[in-house]
Amino acid sequence: MTLAAPLPAEPAPPSARPDEARPAEIRAKAAVEDLSFWYGPKQVLFSISMPVAEGCVTALIGPSGCGKSTFLRCFNRMHDLYPGNRYAGRILLEPEGIDIIGPKTDPMVPRMRIGMVFQKPNPFPKSIYENVAAGLRIRGVRSRTVLDAQVEKSLRRAALWEEVKDRLHASAHTLSGGQQQRLCIARALAPEPELLLLDEPTSALDPIATAHIEELIDELSRRYTIVVVTHNMQQAARISRFTAFFHLGRLIEFGPTEEVFTRPRETMTQDYITGRFG
Amino acid sequence: MAGSLPPADGVLASGIRPSPEFLARRRLKDRIMRGLLFAAASLSVLVTLAIVYVLASESLAFFRHVGLVAFLTDTQWTPLFAEPHYGILPLLAGTVTISAIALSVAIPAGTVLALYLSEYADSRLREVVKPLLEMLAGVPTVVFGYFALLFVTPLLRRLFPDLPGFNMLSPGLVMGVMILPYIVSLSEDAMRAVPDALREGAYALGYTRLQTAVRVVLPAALSGVTAAYLLGMARAVGETMVVAIAAGQNPNFTFNPLEGAATITTYIVQVSLGDVAYGTIAYQSIFAAALTLFLLTLAFNVLGFFLRRRFREVY
Repeated sequence: MTLAAPLPAEPAPPSARPDEARPAEIRAKAAVEDLSFWYGPKQVLFSISMPVAEGCVTALIGPSGCGKSTFLRCFNRMHDLYPGNRYAGRILLEPEGIDIIGPKTDPMVPRMRIGMVFQKPNPFPKSIYENVAAGLRIRGVRSRTVLDAQVEKSLRRAALWEEVKDRLHASAHTLSGGQQQRLCIARALAPEPELLLLDEPTSALDPIATAHIEELIDELSRRYTIVVVTHNMQQAARISRFTAFFHLGRLIEFGPTEEVFTRPRETMTQDYITGRFG
Repeated sequence: MAGSLPPADGVLASGIRPSPEFLARRRLKDRIMRGLLFAAASLSVLVTLAIVYVLASESLAFFRHVGLVAFLTDTQWTPLFAEPHYGILPLLAGTVTISAIALSVAIPAGTVLALYLSEYADSRLREVVKPLLEMLAGVPTVVFGYFALLFVTPLLRRLFPDLPGFNMLSPGLVMGVMILPYIVSLSEDAMRAVPDALREGAYALGYTRLQTAVRVVLPAALSGVTAAYLLGMARAVGETMVVAIAAGQNPNFTFNPLEGAATITTYIVQVSLGDVAYGTIAYQSIFAAALTLFLLTLAFNVLGFFLRRRFREVY
């Protein structure tokens, strides 16, 4: 398969110690090409092009109102829920190269393959078990054994299993905020998404719950392709492999996280990550 | 009066301090308002208590003459006959049957309509349909009664040729339409109060619109929707005009919707409009009937209270 947009070169590993943990070649899971977006008459994203590397965490950073959440919500067509929104450009979901925002694409196609976790935990008014099973049930999974196994696996991956295994049939609203967010992660993981979108997943959580979720993202990045929006620069630096810096609806800089944080090409990026504005 | 400014050349802020009289006036106003609000709140409680007192005391007089067992088990209600029977069952059967017909129309139709308005209709359509529905709620019940008697009953006769002029089916159906606006309006409010975050979560997971509406929004709004059902039920049980006009005034112990029957409310309006002497058992019997009605709606309200607590979702 061909990459729709070339990934920037990895930083050269220190010559003395080749980085054996990283795969030789990184492929793109998605390619954004010249994406623009309007809320009604107001344009909020301007010609954005960047790849999403498969099996990596990509962080989207930038000041409030820079369009990073809007950008993220294009991937699963969340903007379709509200009237008057308009997309231009392409977002290709690889390997088939389906154009997610193409006018002929049924939004259900990307949504069935892409999972999302929102800023605030939003568990359904159902039991813990049924929350995790929800995505499987609407994909037609009926078998009790398959459901049970997948619910347990997802809760384990979301590091919640030990805390809830004895009360799977209790209401999801009996959980704490941090647990609810991990439940929402488990719910997103259960259908085995090819791409996982995280929209400031820790912004409503206290520092301990945040640390839990960050560890979790690190753990998940071995298995899933993740795009995460974050306000927290340290978080972006800690958990991501690639970083995209947005400002006023434009993509200012995209590259391997190490480079963006240590040798940014743009002064605006430099100013933002050193806290001079934002 | 309200405060004295600090000297213009002051360096540190010394605060704009209100005078003690100003604060005292404020406190007084606050106390007066609190008293007025308390009085308003007490009034509604007192009226309720007064109604309960009148119902209970007159009913007590009634039950001195008629045994509770006879009241609850006798299958005839003939207080005005030479040989009177005081069994509430025929009236209760009429009330229950007609209310059940009304609710079996209003609950499914109301829920579907509310889901449609909240989850499917765009805002322009909603702004047209909701006021129209609320107009339906403004139609006087006597109009619904004659509508049932003179329009719906003849229509139903084409389906059931033996249908008597007074029957329970026709007023039941019309009453269902009558309480529909209450159920739609309240359920729709509850559904629209469900946060969009929940809908987004469902769509992101691949739910269709229908699945989102039925599997996420409806359960999340359940406490409000239950409250709407219970209000509709209370309206149906207490409704008088429609049943008095279209169901007949003949106490009849039957659950067959194709027969006519009096309800509790029909009996009350019939007797209180007639020339029953004050203090007679017949007079007291309307209080016993009203008390039964009151306990019935109270039971539904208590049930609703517990259901709401059980299913409450906090956002």
